[in-house]
Amino acid sequence: MRILSGVWSGIVVVVFLLIVIGGSITLTAMTSTPVSLSSALTDPYLISVIRFTIGQAVLSTTISVGLALIVTRALARRAKFPGRRLLILLMGLPVVMPVIVAIFGITAVFGKRGLLNELLSLLGVEQSFTVYGLTGILVAHTFFNLPLAIRLLLPAWESIPRENWRLASMLGMSSRQLFRLLEWPSISDRLPGICLVVFLLCFTSFAVVLTLGGGPAATTIEVAIYQALRYDFELNQAALLALLQLSLCTVAALGLLKWFRVFAATSGRKVDARDRPDIHSTIGKATDFFCIGICTIFLLLPITMIFYSGIRGPIYEVISDPILWLASARSLIIAILATVISMLLAMGLIKSVRFLREKTKQQKGAELALTIGSMTVAIPPMVIGTGFFLIALRTHTLAHATLIMIALVNAIMVLPYLLRSISPPYIQAGEQYYKLCRHLGLSGLQRFRLIDWPIIRKPTAFAIGLGGALSFGDMGVAALFDTDGQITLPVMLYHQLGAYQFNEASVTAVFLLLLCVSFFWAINQIIGR
Amino acid sequence: MSFLRIKNLCLKFGDWTLDVSIELGAGRCLGIIGPSGAGKSTLLSLIAGFETPYSGDIFIDAHPINDLEPSHRPLTFMFQENNLFNHLTLYENIALGCHPGLKLTQIDRDQIEIALSATELSSIATRKPSDVSGGERQRAALARCLCQKQPLLLLDEPFASLDPRLRSQMHQLVNALRKQHGLTVLVVSHMPHEVALIADELLFMQDGKIKEHGNADQLLENPTHPQLINYLEFTSSQ
Repeated sequence: MRILSGVWSGIVVVVFLLIVIGGSITLTAMTSTPVSLSSALTDPYLISVIRFTIGQAVLSTTISVGLALIVTRALARRAKFPGRRLLILLMGLPVVMPVIVAIFGITAVFGKRGLLNELLSLLGVEQSFTVYGLTGILVAHTFFNLPLAIRLLLPAWESIPRENWRLASMLGMSSRQLFRLLEWPSISDRLPGICLVVFLLCFTSFAVVLTLGGGPAATTIEVAIYQALRYDFELNQAALLALLQLSLCTVAALGLLKWFRVFAATSGRKVDARDRPDIHSTIGKATDFFCIGICTIFLLLPITMIFYSGIRGPIYEVISDPILWLASARSLIIAILATVISMLLAMGLIKSVRFLREKTKQQKGAELALTIGSMTVAIPPMVIGTGFFLIALRTHTLAHATLIMIALVNAIMVLPYLLRSISPPYIQAGEQYYKLCRHLGLSGLQRFRLIDWPIIRKPTAFAIGLGGALSFGDMGVAALFDTDGQITLPVMLYHQLGAYQFNEASVTAVFLLLLCVSFFWAINQIIGR
Repeated sequence: MSFLRIKNLCLKFGDWTLDVSIELGAGRCLGIIGPSGAGKSTLLSLIAGFETPYSGDIFIDAHPINDLEPSHRPLTFMFQENNLFNHLTLYENIALGCHPGLKLTQIDRDQIEIALSATELSSIATRKPSDVSGGERQRAALARCLCQKQPLLLLDEPFASLDPRLRSQMHQLVNALRKQHGLTVLVVSHMPHEVALIADELLFMQDGKIKEHGNADQLLENPTHPQLINYLEFTSSQ
């Protein structure tokens, strides 16, 4: 009975997740007929979609993580140079940036009339670079995942003790030997997990593929679900695709269980390269700064172009349009609802997890509860969205419950970010101060206010800010529920791009980006201070 | 009349069993010594209420305390580590001893000032634990114990990580405060000769049992139990 009173909140959250996720999957499965499941294996369209989905995800992962390895090593070797901290901070921007905004920036650099093609024509190269199709998808996925992989890889270098570098110096190790004997053992622990995370993100990528691919030759399962629901209204086909997507993601997620700890990103400031023996050569320095420079240009150019195009666009016309403000308000409501729901889910889970660890010493039970919450990262939003869409259709609530449904999907989507940010300090505070709190009689709300909240406040603010910004800029599920092209700001931007209203889109993109960053900043100022 | 009476206190961890009975008078200081795994810290955890005994009773001032929550027991505790909340200042940490919600009255504030003064921390009270030395952190924890105004003080090797000079200073401080406030003290230590400087009595434990208990000086000068003799030889050779 005592245990039950301590874990009830966690049980409620797990049951809630199972009902929401399981319910939408069950409904989707019920819509799909067994006949279609068997015929799916021979359907050339489905086979090509699956092949493309996996192929682009494998290629994107290989390019992103491969480049990240090179750039991270350069950053680890050059632990101190002006602007390094800013650069690592900048690498967090693509994570917060709405996908559709980044695509606008990427198009401005790599598109038909983009900077790159202008440069190529100046150099007399006739062959122009095209951003649409597989190439564009790979460029966009690299833009998002290269910085993410760098931030996840940096701890590998942080974990190498200074004494090891000193020993390597005494032994006269070359750069290659250092990589093989010191760096690789540290990287190889994390690499499978990082690859899997990037693979899953690329595998379930929606806005990138919809905007830069989308044709029959460049469609992923996620986009095919959307097309089946919105263009062809093939509920059966959509349900089948959703189940297929879920099955493939589950396989990847099972692998992820083993390497889940790679989610801890880093500030990258703790890397100590003072005693590395391979940092003094001129060639080494030149190579490192070349890699860092190219990476910086690759990330900075699209962001710069977003602002450059935005300030040259019809600012007054766009921001005086009430539709823009209505869409912004809906996006804001979705972001707030999603973060509130996600925060409640996260706190319910970690409260029980801490209770299990403190009072009953049940490490496995605690880990399981946390894993259930974190593994929602592997469930494609479009799968839950499909279930919700079918529910909305059957109950005729598409017009009324849309915002709540979008917010709910987003809440589940950002839950792992909140859990991974808040649970380590919350649980550690519990373990560290358990006896002292019991001794002093600190419990309940008093303990939370005085002890837990000051400790988790900053990571909570960061996670809520990030979750809110992601929900604010998310286009996937919102596009599914959209009826007039104005449901949220990202969907509105997508439609402006689709209608070739590039001038208006440039202003909307900056507006959306500024709102996202402001949301993130405001939450960190209000809660995190 | 014993101030602290522990009667047939028993705790089991698999094959390992702790089984002790102790009586200690008011204002006395008992040093508990013994090798690792002897059950010294477990004994303090049982008295403080962090562990639940399998059987047996604990009385403080003739009142049974077995069923009381740790915060309701008439005692204060200094752990080996994590005695302070790192995000709070020394003052706030000490103030928690007066009120766990930090809602302080003027009497509480005066009490904190006295504790700060007694532990010579007044000038650094606004600092956080990470900004002060190990000795100052332990003095702050001791100041909080004073603010709790409980008659029994349990010390679970809180000074083990300090250098010998600081350890000696802390022992002197504990001794002075004990006499000033009439505290009864139980102190666990790995260093018999150091703890004997403040302890009136010494208790030697091994494998969860009390092997020898007596006057501190006599026990160190004329140990009778072979395991205690070995232990004393071992610790003095280190």
